[in-house]
Amino acid sequence: MSVMEHEKLLFQGADWDFGLIQRIHDAIEKIGVGEMGLDVYPNQIEVITAEQMLDAYASIGMPLFYKHWSFGKRFALHEASYRQGFMGLAYEIVINSNPCISYIMEENTATMQTLVIAHAAFGHNHFFKNNYLFQEWTDADGILDYLEFAKGYITRCEERYGHAAVERVLDAAHALMSHGVHRYPRKKRPDLRSEERREKERHLHQEQTFNDLWRTVPTKGAAAKPQLSDERRRALLELPQENLLYFLEKSAPRLQPWQREILRIVRQIAQYFYPQRQTKVMNEGCATYCHYHIMTRLHETGQISDGSFLEFLQSHTNVTRQPEFDDPHYGGINPYALGFDMMQDIERICTKPTAEDREWFPEIAGTGDAMAVLRDVWANYRDESFISQYLSPHLMRQWRMFHLVDDPDRPDLRIEAIHDERGYRRLRRSLSRHYDVGWSDPDIQVIDVDLAGDRRLILHHHVLNRTLLHKDDAQRVLQMVANLWGYAVVLKEVEPATGAIFQEHVAHPHETLF
Amino acid sequence: MYIIDRRLNPGGKSLANRQRFLRRAKAQIQRAVRQTAGDRDITDLERGGEVTIPADGVREPSFRRSNEGGVHDHILPGNKRFIEGDTIDRPPGGGGGSSAGGDNGEGEDDFRFALTRDEFLDLFLDDLELPDLAKRRVATVETQGLRRAGYTVTGSPVNLALLRSMRNALSRRIAMRRPKPQELLRLEEEIERLEKQEGSSEHLTALRQELEQLRLRTKRFPYIDPLDLRYRRFEPISRPVAQAVMFCLMDVSGSMTEHMKDLAKRFYMLLYIFLTRRYKHVEIVFIRHTHEAKEVDEETFFNSPETGGTVVSSALREMQRIVEERYSPDAWNIYAAQASDGDNSPNDGSTSAALLRDVILPVCQYYAYLEVGSDSDRMQTGFINHKTSLWQTYETLQEQGAHLAMRKVNHRREIYPVFRELFRRRDAEAGARVP
Repeated sequence: MSVMEHEKLLFQGADWDFGLIQRIHDAIEKIGVGEMGLDVYPNQIEVITAEQMLDAYASIGMPLFYKHWSFGKRFALHEASYRQGFMGLAYEIVINSNPCISYIMEENTATMQTLVIAHAAFGHNHFFKNNYLFQEWTDADGILDYLEFAKGYITRCEERYGHAAVERVLDAAHALMSHGVHRYPRKKRPDLRSEERREKERHLHQEQTFNDLWRTVPTKGAAAKPQLSDERRRALLELPQENLLYFLEKSAPRLQPWQREILRIVRQIAQYFYPQRQTKVMNEGCATYCHYHIMTRLHETGQISDGSFLEFLQSHTNVTRQPEFDDPHYGGINPYALGFDMMQDIERICTKPTAEDREWFPEIAGTGDAMAVLRDVWANYRDESFISQYLSPHLMRQWRMFHLVDDPDRPDLRIEAIHDERGYRRLRRSLSRHYDVGWSDPDIQVIDVDLAGDRRLILHHHVLNRTLLHKDDAQRVLQMVANLWGYAVVLKEVEPATGAIFQEHVAHPHETLF
Repeated sequence: MYIIDRRLNPGGKSLANRQRFLRRAKAQIQRAVRQTAGDRDITDLERGGEVTIPADGVREPSFRRSNEGGVHDHILPGNKRFIEGDTIDRPPGGGGGSSAGGDNGEGEDDFRFALTRDEFLDLFLDDLELPDLAKRRVATVETQGLRRAGYTVTGSPVNLALLRSMRNALSRRIAMRRPKPQELLRLEEEIERLEKQEGSSEHLTALRQELEQLRLRTKRFPYIDPLDLRYRRFEPISRPVAQAVMFCLMDVSGSMTEHMKDLAKRFYMLLYIFLTRRYKHVEIVFIRHTHEAKEVDEETFFNSPETGGTVVSSALREMQRIVEERYSPDAWNIYAAQASDGDNSPNDGSTSAALLRDVILPVCQYYAYLEVGSDSDRMQTGFINHKTSLWQTYETLQEQGAHLAMRKVNHRREIYPVFRELFRRRDAEAGARVP
């Protein structure tokens, strides 16, 4: 009997080799795909060292990236805190690409490798492949080729125009990265594979149609152009526009083609990462739920030993720990904990509903098939909608959540809602709003351009809750916008309801920059 | 599923990013490096290490909401006793709940990171230079090197110039009208076809003859011939090298306290690091003296204790002897740095002055005198009334127009600035002097 059991065990002890990784993967695949019905991209698992992990950290987890000083800064920072032992490294990094690449560290034990493969290569992988935001906004097939193109393109620009010039454009583009995404779907699906071809074609077209004669043709005195109506002008410029990088790429009058292309590259990459920012809780929750389920099943079927399972449980509880608000370790809500608890809660509602659950979630309570419900949730929600739909009173009570409001007009802080009958819906609404990226990023839009006059660009910040922009930073970023735009730029901080202006920032371009 | 082992991939992928980062923050890092250097032990200097620069210079700004002003709200876990409508006193510090600003932790703190030893020293010694190197004397000593010089028909296989050889072969084949393989192939096919048809045998014979001829020609003119081969040629050249020697003169007499000796040693240690890192062809001569001088090796110079009286001229004489023996001023750029507490035996002053003026200074490119004082002397540095005998002697020389740099150091932390001052790059000056 005991011999039988030993034969079923995938591994004993901490050591692993490539054959074992393969067997672990296959065992997990049997459970993940066979029992849980996960639908994943083919996996590619890469074993890396700590230094390579730091490398990957520095370039936002991507295996290849263009060169910029800020990545060097990040690397130096991480390296210093890692060497001093302030920071442990993540066990894995996973990339939304097809095939799905997961990095695993060489120092992990066999148990940790199992956990990591279940977590990244199946949990995250399933989420990347099925969530609607990723399907809509990212192109998993094309991303690696696109990054290769971007890296090459920027290197060539550096060779041709100098490091300093390229660095200035990249600095400005990075500063605007959070305001360089389309928040609403456009007609065309992203297709990163065609990006490189598009750039070449445009270049070729310019070369073919170049004719030096045009330079010598005498211009007639400025023809009196018909004055465009305000409406028409704004429509032509696609105003108002909240994607600042897109607007500058398309409309800034003084940029060189290569500068536009760099803005475009940064914008494409920002767009690629945009879904990840909106699904932190769900993505981690999904991966954590999957690894927990898979590891439990592996243990139940006798494929990992009790010792390994305990080792796993220890890392698992570390990851899903949520300190309470008055704990010195409290640093905001842990997305792993919230996501995992909510998904466990959904499983409970499906299998063992209470009367309260039946009232709150009539469509899923007691259906029995938790995996089907979860797969549907993973595919069709993002953090904000997920929380506003599925955060249950049971979980709010369990977490003992409350809503605290800090209004500078009042002398003290006020508890707006707690986990009781009156507070459930309000709590849930406020929490879900915290995960709405459109709400948490300041809302800044290009409103108008003074085309007839001094070409001044006018931006508005629609102030929410009377919270203004960080002043120093806003001025710095605005300076970069002005440099890209080539003329003066005004940023007005406006109360949207009344139109009252709180503050105005102005920046003029440095003539020498471009 | 694929498993890929990336561990053996070349590391240092982020090196290019690191260089960009160092370049970006160069001014600040340099300032930080100099500050750090002041606090550490000289042997530590060789080790690189951590520096801290203000975060401001490497900030990556973005449009973000400020943490102050406006209404903030938080959803927090772990309620123990609150009910709806409760109020809590605002925690001191003005922030909102305990998590205010926790998530956009864009630190305003200083930025701390590690530099490697090379990076550290490069930044530290960045703008230092030996003054007037190779300016007064055209360098005479030469090193031998190799230089590419066209092609040759003989040589060793490693130097085979493949492209050139193939090009020669191609032009020879064209000139000799060596048949192309396609031509042969075409003929062979033709013959084969005719043989099958069993057509006109005359034509066939002619073709066969032609093929035979072509084959012969192919054999006679090979595809590549020893004649075609070319080798890269190298010729030896001699490169002039500016030769320089630095004399380090140190007073180790009994009047030097431990503190002073420490200062002097630090100074020379710095000089030593600077010279060995920046100049390949600088020789260093260590001379220490009490009432008599001796040339010593590096180890003894820095480490061995000795006491006695003070006769400065003995060191100068020793230097004179060594210069005459080994470093002819015609061939060498000669530098000297002297460190002393300023004491000299009373009857030696004029001898030293004369030696320095007539013998040493004329052969020297640069002569630096570093006076080390005790820590308590610092009170008086503002006043000029306290001057040592050596300082007075040298000052007189300087007034007479001698080329002599003099500095006084009382404390460890003054060593670095003074050292920098003595050896700072004199680009502007030099530029002005060149007609």
